[in-house]
Amino acid sequence: MSRPRPEPVQVVKQRRDAALAALVASVPYARFLNITFDRRGDELTAQLNFDEKLIGNPFLPAIHGGVTAAFLEVTAVMTLTWANLWERIESGSLDVDELAAGKLPRQPKTIDFTVDYLRSGLPRDAYARATVSRSGRRYASVHVEAWQDHKDKLFAQATGHFLMPQDAAKQKTADQDFVAREATPPKG
Amino acid sequence: MTGGRMADKKQLARQFIEAIPHARELGMTLTELGDGSAQIVMPYDEKLIGDPETGVIHGGAVSALMDTCCGAAVMSHPAAPGGTATIDLRIDYMRAATPGQSIVTRATCHHMTRNVAFVRAVAMDDDQDNPVATAVGAFTVESKF
Repeated sequence: MSRPRPEPVQVVKQRRDAALAALVASVPYARFLNITFDRRGDELTAQLNFDEKLIGNPFLPAIHGGVTAAFLEVTAVMTLTWANLWERIESGSLDVDELAAGKLPRQPKTIDFTVDYLRSGLPRDAYARATVSRSGRRYASVHVEAWQDHKDKLFAQATGHFLMPQDAAKQKTADQDFVAREATPPKG
Repeated sequence: MTGGRMADKKQLARQFIEAIPHARELGMTLTELGDGSAQIVMPYDEKLIGDPETGVIHGGAVSALMDTCCGAAVMSHPAAPGGTATIDLRIDYMRAATPGQSIVTRATCHHMTRNVAFVRAVAMDDDQDNPVATAVGAFTVESKF
């Protein structure tokens, strides 16, 4: 038995990069903060491109704590959306052209977000990676780490919980299932 | 601290907050500064949108507003000698802020030790009965700005 011939590398790359570019371009706030994303396979690294407008304390100077929080949250939401879409991007069932044209998937909603400030953000570029610790049908838990010069010297980390987008049709079926289960008491 | 020096210190805190580049960039206005409390307004702006489908502003922008307001409350505290930095900040998002409406945040520094300031904050839009988000945080106490 032979496996199907793999797609050419440029086809795979083009599809993944186009999907990522469309997603990132669709978030005005990510553009405003000038946050860009690097991709290696399915792994994303966010980059906060430094600008004077990101300064919180002009005397030190240091990046605004709110910018750090925002950077971590943008990274968490994007990584979660990306992880959620990955299967559909790979199978080709997600139309990348439609995505680029503005037909976007619904986004996860932040329930809570806790930022741990470890050292002050220096006036230079910063990087962040998010790990989806748990992604269920309704809730997801995401951990994010951010650094500047050394990957093992984090300047901030965060944990957040998110409400996953509920597909309207699926949600209805789930509700009906629930009602049906409730109506039929378990036997025995 | 005498009444005069109190007023000076508050004036200093106000100047510091109004000079924060990122707060200016987001159009934040300090509308009230008490003794350990602050109120800041941030107008709706399309550049802050997180979800283009709904026009709802990104949670990160609300975080930036909360963080600034909590810091302002710390600096306005009578026992605060100077500036501050965030140690940790937790934000709970109760609902999406209504697109087009300004967000008003009120923060209170309810306890302060020599090294740590404890803060609570709430963010509202026009619907005053249903908060958009709440926050709790711990901040450093710095000897100067």
